[in-house]
Amino acid sequence: MTDRPTGPAIEAKGLVKTFGETRALDGIDLRVPAGSVFGLLGPNGAGKTTAVRVLATLTRPDAGEARVFGHDVVREADAVRSRVSLTGQYASVDEDLTGVENLVLLGRLLGHRKAAARARADELLTAFGLTEAADRQVKKYSGGMRRRIDIAASILNTPQLLFLDEPTTGLDPRSRNQVWEIVRAVVAHGTTVLLTTQYLDEADQLASRIAVVDHGKVIAEGTPGELKSSIGSGTVHVRLRDAATRPKAREVLALALGTSVELAADPVALSARVEGSDFEASTQAARALSELAAAGIVVDDFSLGQPSLDEVFLALTDHPATPEKEAVR
Amino acid sequence: MTTTTSDAQSVYVPSPETLGAVLSPGARPPRPSALAASLTFGWRAMLKIKHVPEQLFDVTAFPIIMTLMFTYLFGGALAGSPGAYLQFFLPGIMVTSVVMITMYTGVGLNTDIEKGVFDRFRTLPVWRPSALVGMIFGDVLRYVLAALVILGVGLALGFRPGGGVGGVAAGIGLLVVFSFAFSWVWTMFGLILRSEKSVMGVSMMVLFPLTFLSNVFVDPGTMPGWLQAFVKVNPIAHLVDAIRSVMAGTPDATAITWTFVWSAAFVAVFGSLTMYRYNRK
Repeated sequence: MTDRPTGPAIEAKGLVKTFGETRALDGIDLRVPAGSVFGLLGPNGAGKTTAVRVLATLTRPDAGEARVFGHDVVREADAVRSRVSLTGQYASVDEDLTGVENLVLLGRLLGHRKAAARARADELLTAFGLTEAADRQVKKYSGGMRRRIDIAASILNTPQLLFLDEPTTGLDPRSRNQVWEIVRAVVAHGTTVLLTTQYLDEADQLASRIAVVDHGKVIAEGTPGELKSSIGSGTVHVRLRDAATRPKAREVLALALGTSVELAADPVALSARVEGSDFEASTQAARALSELAAAGIVVDDFSLGQPSLDEVFLALTDHPATPEKEAVR
Repeated sequence: MTTTTSDAQSVYVPSPETLGAVLSPGARPPRPSALAASLTFGWRAMLKIKHVPEQLFDVTAFPIIMTLMFTYLFGGALAGSPGAYLQFFLPGIMVTSVVMITMYTGVGLNTDIEKGVFDRFRTLPVWRPSALVGMIFGDVLRYVLAALVILGVGLALGFRPGGGVGGVAAGIGLLVVFSFAFSWVWTMFGLILRSEKSVMGVSMMVLFPLTFLSNVFVDPGTMPGWLQAFVKVNPIAHLVDAIRSVMAGTPDATAITWTFVWSAAFVAVFGSLTMYRYNRK
């Protein structure tokens, strides 16, 4: 651990992996700087998990190459394995064993002697609030506890690179916040995190850079801010007092902003993209608001904001990121 | 043990200080030796038996049923009496039962992969085969247990081995060596096949002919020539010959040698195929 790496944590070029007819990875390029959270964002089946499995040495790519801290994931798999940890749906802990048994088992496999492995396990269980559940079989854990023991198992030896494959899928909001806090603490300690998620807000919250993945390809990459500004300066969101005034409001907004106006599912809400520089966007929004008032339309809520990552995704792919998002949460 | 886990734990608030303390990189221990890693995985198998003791049912009840059933079914017809038949039959049924139990290694591995814990093991910087070797170490305990159960039933029914304690121990030792080697056939199928059901199906298709078309139940002298030819090369037959001979106190060097040759061959061929699949899964 003394040799703090200076180069990128991950460098991948043209990764291809096919399973039968499916091209799970269709030439993925990635460059993940060390010491930050990098988000791989995409819908189910986009190839995120396959990418992580290749980078974590679990799956051999059909083509392309990838280096983790300068070590080739195929030819120097052992060197990579001693630097990374993986937590995900398919890299979990043994549900038949108790929490403490799992951590002692993995600690011993990392070379700790029995007493040291036990001490380390206790330390981690305390830090992750699992002391009371230590002697309970993991299959009896709640979803949030389960995710915490998974992450605890991944940092038995603090890794230089931690893969978190959809760490909050299926968790309630409180457990999700706990996982986020843990991720922030891990990164604060110098570990690079590669996070895959289908939740846009999660990538927005945690990642300093995001690669949007769709059909096995990176279709956009940048900071959350860059991605958002790539599709326009911002969006005006309006909520009306009376649904009956919406057609009129739509006309007024379209005229004032010079763009098309989207009608939301909510019968009193509408939104419109604003073009131009930030300053132009502000003046246009101000004009729109005063013209709504002049037309006698009562506005309950009016905001000018950056486009959401949802809108970014829609703009990039012409299909929504997570059609089943609401159902999952 | 309670099931109301979420309420008691939901108060957990991650604190950057305590998390920071456990994240401070301590000295990394040297990686464990191949043996240490395998034994640690063996310990995992013991823990699983501790938590799910029901899984020992197949290594206790099944052998007892097999022994009782065939002793009384065939004994009178083939050897005049169940007691007389048992002298011939016990080492054979011991082999049949234990070799049949080896298939649970494949089923267990398949389940493990399904549940997702193996991917974590595969990202650990340890000797690659250790997870599988350790798993089979755990299974060896089951083989010994099954052999002892059958021996107990046999002794109670009147089996009197001429080789004494030493001969019986040597026989069980041979059986364990062979079963350890034979288990690698099932680890391979456990990795290739999609579900535990299909692993079971394939095992039955392999195990039934192998154990029945042998010298376990009857003297091959009455079989047609082509069948005798098969029995002559059947590894199970060699194993049964070897175990019978040492248990009777008259070791058959040829059969014992063959048993070791077969065991080495199973590890070499199926161990390699298993690791090939394991590394590429």
